[in-house]
Amino acid sequence: MITLEGITKVYRAGEFEVAALRGISLHIPEGQFVAIMGPSGSGKSTLMNVIGCLDQPTRGRYILDGYDVSNLSEDQLAWIRNRKIGFVFQSFNLIPRVRALHNVEMPLIYAGDNRQRRERAMAALTSVGLQSRASHLPNELSGGQQQRVAVARALVTDPAILLADEPTGNLDSESSLEIMKLLRDLNQQGRTIVLITHEPDIAAFAQRVVRLRDGVVLSDEIHPVALNEMVP
Amino acid sequence: MSILEGLHLAINGLTANRLRSILTMLGILIGVAAVILLVGVGNGATVAVQQQIQSLGSNLLSVFPSNTRSTGGVQQGFGTGSTLTMDDVKALNNPQTSPDVVAAIPNATGRAQITYGNQNWNSTLTGTTQDFPSVRNYQLASGAFFTAADVDAANKVAVLGQTVVDNLFAGGDPIGQVIKINRISFRVIGVLAPKGASGLNNQDDLVVTPITAAWDYLLGGRGRNVQQIYVEASSAQANTAATAEVTQVLMDRHHISDPTQADFQILSQQDVLSSATQSTGVLTLMLGAIAGISLVVGGIGIMNIMLVTVTERTREIGIRKAIGARRRDILLQFLIESMFLSGVGGALGILVGVVLAALLPSLVSSLPAPIISSPSVIAAFGISVAIGLFFGLYPANRAARLRPIEALRYE
Repeated sequence: MITLEGITKVYRAGEFEVAALRGISLHIPEGQFVAIMGPSGSGKSTLMNVIGCLDQPTRGRYILDGYDVSNLSEDQLAWIRNRKIGFVFQSFNLIPRVRALHNVEMPLIYAGDNRQRRERAMAALTSVGLQSRASHLPNELSGGQQQRVAVARALVTDPAILLADEPTGNLDSESSLEIMKLLRDLNQQGRTIVLITHEPDIAAFAQRVVRLRDGVVLSDEIHPVALNEMVP
Repeated sequence: MSILEGLHLAINGLTANRLRSILTMLGILIGVAAVILLVGVGNGATVAVQQQIQSLGSNLLSVFPSNTRSTGGVQQGFGTGSTLTMDDVKALNNPQTSPDVVAAIPNATGRAQITYGNQNWNSTLTGTTQDFPSVRNYQLASGAFFTAADVDAANKVAVLGQTVVDNLFAGGDPIGQVIKINRISFRVIGVLAPKGASGLNNQDDLVVTPITAAWDYLLGGRGRNVQQIYVEASSAQANTAATAEVTQVLMDRHHISDPTQADFQILSQQDVLSSATQSTGVLTLMLGAIAGISLVVGGIGIMNIMLVTVTERTREIGIRKAIGARRRDILLQFLIESMFLSGVGGALGILVGVVLAALLPSLVSSLPAPIISSPSVIAAFGISVAIGLFFGLYPANRAARLRPIEALRYE
């Protein structure tokens, strides 16, 4: 599903060049739930931007769902983000002043996909258990509910991967647990999930943990399934 | 993203900051209302002037003597010559030599102090012939106009304009009454129907007598001189032909072969009309341009607010880009927003402009009633939308070019 080969990302800061990623190679098969961990400055945010097609690598190849996305134009990347990637951000990133259902509909609007748009958005909202909040504005919802709307929005286009960047970072522990259970359920339905986190107990939901440090892969281990099932 | 979807987004964005949106719209509203109103006033003035000139008769030609030249070559004023005579008038009335002329009348004018009973009034005296009502486009309100026989006999009869009647008779019937014009008794035989007093001069403030009587009794000391000849052409289209015929007849009679040396000048109402229309057109253009400046200021207001909006919504733009908005989607969103602002402002401006134009005559009675033409309304609306497009383009483009990761990071 995702293949990274020798991904390098170099930022220029004045005269200095800072290498955020130094040759990362990674393969994530379909249906896997991967956590990418690392302290701040390890390059995990940069990697998340590259995987999410928000930024392009300086060198290296990135194949997403059969598309080589290393050298696409900005609008082509927008298309890939729209069809292949579902984003869940730390700060929810719902559009204010727009009702929950409409927020979920948004990716379909940009896809120009009008077939049963409203119904599909409603179905996505139902799948995260928020059908009764469809006409609420984001600021009328709790943090956990907002994040679930964000998950519904990520799912509505049926993307190849779900990319969650610290999805529980702004949530209390109860809501965090809810969101992680939701992600785990989605994974069990066959969804490929890439989770970026620095919290070990959040990473514990994943089947595989990739640790980064200073822009390189430090460790890459498959978790025992047992951990995954500790949570009822 | 469809236009409808964009419109939905725009309304959503604009209602988030209602006061700001309304104030921005107000800029365009005032600009468009000003354009509509001022161009309307300009058009109103044009039409008023045109009507005034046309009421004199669009098929009317005026023949004036040329400037006289003193022996030293010093130019005297326009019309100061005295080269036109009653015989010229008679010659012009000959259908053989001037078939496109319906009638030609002489005009000898002076001031007239008119008294009736204990009332008196100073008016313009016009000495002319029986064809005056037809040539000068006057109707008779009551009584009759004098005849060719009156002219031949120099009868002391007078036809009055409505203003004179109002000032001398105060509601009484003037027909058959004897008035004194410059102390000479004249009998009133008719009253001219009012033409409407409009602007430049009051066409109803006159007293008309046979030219012979005017010469004999009223314009003493000037001889039997015709100051001006009015010629009625058979139609406005025949003006050119009639002008040529009049020129030929008068040149033959005055023994002139070179048209540049002619001792007379012919002015058609058409010429007067077109030069007047031209100058009121310039007036309209100037008024429109002044109002247009406020429209541009309104446009700058839109640009200003759109720049603020784009900055405020940087994060939202980042989110939209992350979930798949292309550059043109973002561009369209903000362009529709600015065009919606200017379009709604423009539409309201048209409304305000039309209402003000309707109220204006009752507020400022000295102005001609503004005339709002539908092309000017359509143009004003189109221009306001175009202003939204033009001034929205830079902010929208700025939004569209934001990089998603930077926009997402924006706090």
